[in-house]
Amino acid sequence: MNSNLNKIEEETTTEVISVSEPTPSKTAKSPVKQSAQNHVPQAPKKPTYERVIKLLKMVGLGFLESLIRLIVGDDPKRQLKRIWLGVGVPLIAFIVFVVAWQITASTLKSDLGKIPSPSEVWGQSEVLWKDHVNERKKEKAFFERVEKRNAKLLARNPQAKVRTPAYTGKPTFIDQIITSLKTVFAGFLLASFIALPIGIFMGLSKTLRIAINPLVQIFKPVSPVVWLLLVTMFVSALISQNIFLGMPKAFIISFISVALCSMWPTLVNTSVGVSSVDKDFINVARVLRLNTWNKIVKVVLPASLPLVFTGLRISLSIAWMVLIAIELLAQNPGLGKFVWDEFQNGSTDSNAKIIVALFVIGSIGFALDRIMVVIQKMVTFNKNDIA
Amino acid sequence: MAFLELKNVSKSYGKGSSKTDVLKNINLSVEEGEFICIIGFSGSGKTTLISLIAGLIEPDEGEILLNGQPIKGPGPDRGIVFQNYSLLPWLNVFGNVGMAVKKVFPKWGKDQRATHSKKYVDMVNLTPALEKLPAELSGGMKQRVSVARALAMNPEILLLDEPLSALDALTRGTLQEEIEKIWAREKKTVVMITNDVDEGMLLADRIIPLKLAPNATFGPEYRINIDRPRDKTALNNNPEFKKIRNSIIKYLMEIGSEIQDNSKDLDFTLPDLKPVEFN
Ligand SMILES: Nc1ncnc2c1ncn2[C@@H]1O[C@H](COP(=O)(O)OP(=O)(O)OP(=O)(O)O)[C@@H](O)[C@H]1O
Ligand SMILES: [Mg+2]
Repeated sequence: MNSNLNKIEEETTTEVISVSEPTPSKTAKSPVKQSAQNHVPQAPKKPTYERVIKLLKMVGLGFLESLIRLIVGDDPKRQLKRIWLGVGVPLIAFIVFVVAWQITASTLKSDLGKIPSPSEVWGQSEVLWKDHVNERKKEKAFFERVEKRNAKLLARNPQAKVRTPAYTGKPTFIDQIITSLKTVFAGFLLASFIALPIGIFMGLSKTLRIAINPLVQIFKPVSPVVWLLLVTMFVSALISQNIFLGMPKAFIISFISVALCSMWPTLVNTSVGVSSVDKDFINVARVLRLNTWNKIVKVVLPASLPLVFTGLRISLSIAWMVLIAIELLAQNPGLGKFVWDEFQNGSTDSNAKIIVALFVIGSIGFALDRIMVVIQKMVTFNKNDIA
Repeated sequence: MAFLELKNVSKSYGKGSSKTDVLKNINLSVEEGEFICIIGFSGSGKTTLISLIAGLIEPDEGEILLNGQPIKGPGPDRGIVFQNYSLLPWLNVFGNVGMAVKKVFPKWGKDQRATHSKKYVDMVNLTPALEKLPAELSGGMKQRVSVARALAMNPEILLLDEPLSALDALTRGTLQEEIEKIWAREKKTVVMITNDVDEGMLLADRIIPLKLAPNATFGPEYRINIDRPRDKTALNNNPEFKKIRNSIIKYLMEIGSEIQDNSKDLDFTLPDLKPVEFN
């Protein structure tokens, strides 16, 4: 007898034990069986703060968890340690950074200009905010004056032609942030509108994938500047007015260029996601005889959503990154133009203002990414795997 | 005419030098309402066989007839419980069952569909987990959802690919009973894959061993003419049961020793056989 047979015998002898175990029979409904049937663990009711923590984690503010646990007195020692690690350490790192910056700023000076110190930058951020508030006040006052004048005119002569002139104040830093956000969203939307359908079709059809893939590979690494020049050429050829459908030309050029630069990750990820849907899921769709539309909507898309969203996230961050450069070149009145104008201006405050813009650009980019993560967590099924 | 018929079915994967012939000349005819168990070693081609009947793959040679008609692709008339559950991870338990119900009974109202889905979820004792996602379930629970989904489609024939292999002995026992009850009540034809001789003995009208790939064919079939419902404890003392069981195990051991001769370095997972004590 060879070893393999011995193996079977070994198994059989050990298995005897399992047969002599009390196996449930249909006649005797023993309590053992009942408990075996219903051993689905019921989640215990969680206190409110647990739900708050879950929500915070969802929106990426997980570091507040320990603070809440500390307040409700859940293992304070451990929480203090976690707060120290989660908040204390980054804070210290930040302080070190600011100090190093201050030292550099006070030692490095050249004729061309100096590196603004942290306090100067902070000061300029306050100046920018005050400018904004003042500008709004002026605007309000302007419109009040116009209204009063119009009312007077009308009182004198009800037939009088009244008009409200546009306010022609300079856009403030906040206005420029808003313009940039609008541009990036328009660009991102356009990118998604182009990339998602094409990506889905590429994922579904191997022929299409083979056909389009080389083009994608060629267009993907093209520099934003080239796209901008091309788009400028095309848009200028097609649109002669300065305002088209209520949008300034610079805005149109900017957002189309942003879209062309940023759509590739979404396109690639969508096609990969759709083409690599788990065969088992497809088998389920086949057994149920779902039609093509239902197969796509109910099986293929949900299954590929995690990859699609990763693509969208990368696209949005690329969009934000190239936007500044594109605005700078296209003179779209957003953050890019702000940076350019300040650079050209060359006054003593300018460098500090540019650094304010740097922090704002970085923070907004970070915030946009967090927003995408929250949406991704809400709509995809692999909630726990998202960083 | 048999309800389900496989005639000289052969199937191989791949082409050229990497071609593996899995099944060769498989002949099987199943009567309506019959309960068939196919038993075999891991890698013998059991899943391939069930996929062929389900219509998910096509045979290279031979034909598969259902009700005398050659099958064309998969369909909900053949409810299948996949070996790896194949639940959609973005739908909860209710959603997974409900999706199948919606497709099979499109004319029903929402409430009727929900009641129907819940009935089958309850049948596999998963009502407390109705809202849970597959990722939050244990392997055995997933398998039960898969069983519920297949049953809820009200198929003419039920294809079960090792549906109970991931379950503990107790739950396994309950579900074996459940499957037998459903089979007896709804008069469904069942083709079940198993690696457990006792499970086959408890449920099947016929047990058919599948030899090993490559070129696996069926071994001699064993008819189990023991009255139903079969009681596990009573079976252990049934002389007929002992006799059939012994011969099946003996046959499987023979196949097992063939493996040893053919390929000494291969390590196959063995079926878990459960003999009784002979005294
Ligand atoms: N898609 C495939 N392509 C190539 N070979 C395959 C494929 N599916 C299965 N095989 C091969 O066919 C043989 C039978 O596989 P199958 O999955 O049918 O075995 P099984 O009896 O279900 O095993 P188990 O009990 O482990 O589930 C194996 O040798 C496997 O390597
Ligand atoms: Mg298998």
